[in-house]
Amino acid sequence: MNNPLRRSFLKGAGALAAAFSVGFLDPIAVFAATWNKTAFSAKTVLDAMLASGYDNAEESPDIALKVPDIAEDGAIVPVEVTSRIPDTVSMAIFVEKNPNPLVADVAFLNGAEPYIATHIKMAKTSVVKVAVRTGGGTYTTGKEVKVTLGGCGG
Amino acid sequence: MPMNRREFLHILAMAAASGLALDSRSGFAASRDHYDLPPYGNVSLLHITDCHAQLMPIYFREPNVNIGVGNGRNRPPHLVGEHLLKTFGMRPGSRDAYAFTCLDFEHAAKTYGKVGGFAHLATLVKKMRASRPGSLLLDGGDSWQGSATSLWTHGQDMVEACKLLGVDVMTGHWEFTYGAERVRHVVDNDFKGKIDFLAQNVQTADFGDPVFDHYVIKQINGVPVAIIGQAFPYTPIANPRYMIPDWTFGIQEDSMQQTVNKARSKGAAVVVLLSHNGMDADLKMAGRVSGIDAILGGHTHDGVPEPVIVKNAGGQTLVTNAGSNGKFLGVLDLDVKQGKIGGFRYKLLPVFSNLLDPDPEMSTLIRKVRAPFEDRLAEKLAVTEGTLYRRGNFNGTFDQLILDALIEVKGADAAFSPGFRWGTTLLPGDDITMEHLMDQTAITYPQSSMLEMTGKTIKDILEDVLDNLFNPDPYKQQGGDMVRVGGITYTCDLRQGFGKRIGNLMLNGKPLDAGKKYKIAGWAPVSEGITGEPIWDVVATYLREKKVISPRRLNLPKLLGVEGNEGIA
Repeated sequence: MNNPLRRSFLKGAGALAAAFSVGFLDPIAVFAATWNKTAFSAKTVLDAMLASGYDNAEESPDIALKVPDIAEDGAIVPVEVTSRIPDTVSMAIFVEKNPNPLVADVAFLNGAEPYIATHIKMAKTSVVKVAVRTGGGTYTTGKEVKVTLGGCGG
Repeated sequence: MPMNRREFLHILAMAAASGLALDSRSGFAASRDHYDLPPYGNVSLLHITDCHAQLMPIYFREPNVNIGVGNGRNRPPHLVGEHLLKTFGMRPGSRDAYAFTCLDFEHAAKTYGKVGGFAHLATLVKKMRASRPGSLLLDGGDSWQGSATSLWTHGQDMVEACKLLGVDVMTGHWEFTYGAERVRHVVDNDFKGKIDFLAQNVQTADFGDPVFDHYVIKQINGVPVAIIGQAFPYTPIANPRYMIPDWTFGIQEDSMQQTVNKARSKGAAVVVLLSHNGMDADLKMAGRVSGIDAILGGHTHDGVPEPVIVKNAGGQTLVTNAGSNGKFLGVLDLDVKQGKIGGFRYKLLPVFSNLLDPDPEMSTLIRKVRAPFEDRLAEKLAVTEGTLYRRGNFNGTFDQLILDALIEVKGADAAFSPGFRWGTTLLPGDDITMEHLMDQTAITYPQSSMLEMTGKTIKDILEDVLDNLFNPDPYKQQGGDMVRVGGITYTCDLRQGFGKRIGNLMLNGKPLDAGKKYKIAGWAPVSEGITGEPIWDVVATYLREKKVISPRRLNLPKLLGVEGNEGIA
């Protein structure tokens, strides 16, 4: 059942440009994007959204955000985002209660499928927020992920 | 006062038994009457869950504290004692009152005797199957853990017993604490072609590939019935993750909906979810996922007499929970015509050991699996003067005994003991044998430890565990009880949210100092690499020395914001 190629190495044929803030995902993946130091070192989600150009984002049901209800390990929380909004050009992930909320900002070039799957680090229970930019506007959705000490179950 | 036939027979049986031991068999007539459940419809599902490896008849006291918050307040399963009797129309002092509540427990236990036992359960299963041809037996998991013999045989005694009982489909939770390889081995060998082990919510951590089949479709009297499995979503959080390092769990609601849709598209006329979510999470899921006809649930050990009917986009879903420790058999009868469910009957039958002849074949198997261990099991450690039980949101007398032992043997300031919901009950005057001690402690990570913790860390831990129990979102609850605390007293305000529920932490009459370090004894570490004497050795040492265990004084938090809560008896 294990087929390492099944995920077809990041869905979609287009090129991907991404910047990640977290240490264990080296920003080697940066192709075209330039490092937005202001956005990645912002201390609040509002400042980070403003600095990365996702401010005034409108709540949208067309962004599918898949995160666990409770993280199995706060150090590696799986996040999957799909945008069903036409003309999506980039999407960013924020963790509201992390010291630096902006985790990743990914650009989709040449019609690349707007889907990302990654792992993020979370300091504590927080809303994980995703923002999407299209040619015409910015959109957002979010979901709380609980980070717990564990033990004592059942 | 008018008397129905059952009551008359009961009194007759009691009269016949007077002068004999009160828990002796009360007669064939009563037995035939009690389990004479008329068949209904054409699709029957028998359901056991959370038996926690109890092969022998036992006592099990239901909780007197099982508080519901948010939407769960004063609704099943968060009704205890008289509130439960009233809601479900049960008579105080009756057999059912004994089975479903903690009321007048000692007297009722002496009157009605032990419950469960696989040989007695086997007789009941055979009886139900005889009147319900084609029925399936579903096991909601937590079957391989909870007793000495299950631990010492790595669950093999229960694997054999469940096969002999005729389990058709199973999902899991504590099974995973024997490690991924052990589970795989049983599923691929012992269970092959006999028991389907299902879990739609377990994937490989790397590529998200399925580890187990998600569902199975069985023909019951010509009706295609899909059973979907849902393992305990928070196994890697509540139990050691290192035992299943390559698997990831979770509620996975989207995948559940897809699995239901797939089963329907393959022609399933009935879709049933065999769930280890816990009842609150099942109730939430039933409102959000459509197309499931019934959720047969477990994990939270709630003996709920009637299904809760939840409306959703696809119609409605029945949600049940079938108790624990082999005490109940759930019977769901469906009348399916032209691919549609026309009606249902549900009964949660308590397994009264005195009303059921033990099945000879199962008795033989149980004798065989116990034989190599009889001497160890029977070792008498002490006598108890009070009732020893575990179940309850905040503490139980057996947990208090474990805490007292930890503090004394380890020389600790205070102690923590996990809020497990399994563990049997002993009556005043009973011997405490090694078997009974193992009923409370038989896990694969039994190390006891002594850690230095600051007052702040202690508060953080208590707040964290409380939120796993009382978070208003059922998907954020883990279904265990509150960590039991010895030595430290506190208040608990259930009107508050995360981080704000605990107050007035005191040790020996003095407020806990946030910056000061305290010696805290505990057991069952979920992180890897912690060594220490197994908890059963610590408690056995204490019991052998004391010889007689006086009634325990429960250390309970002072609860705030629970006025009118029917989860308190």
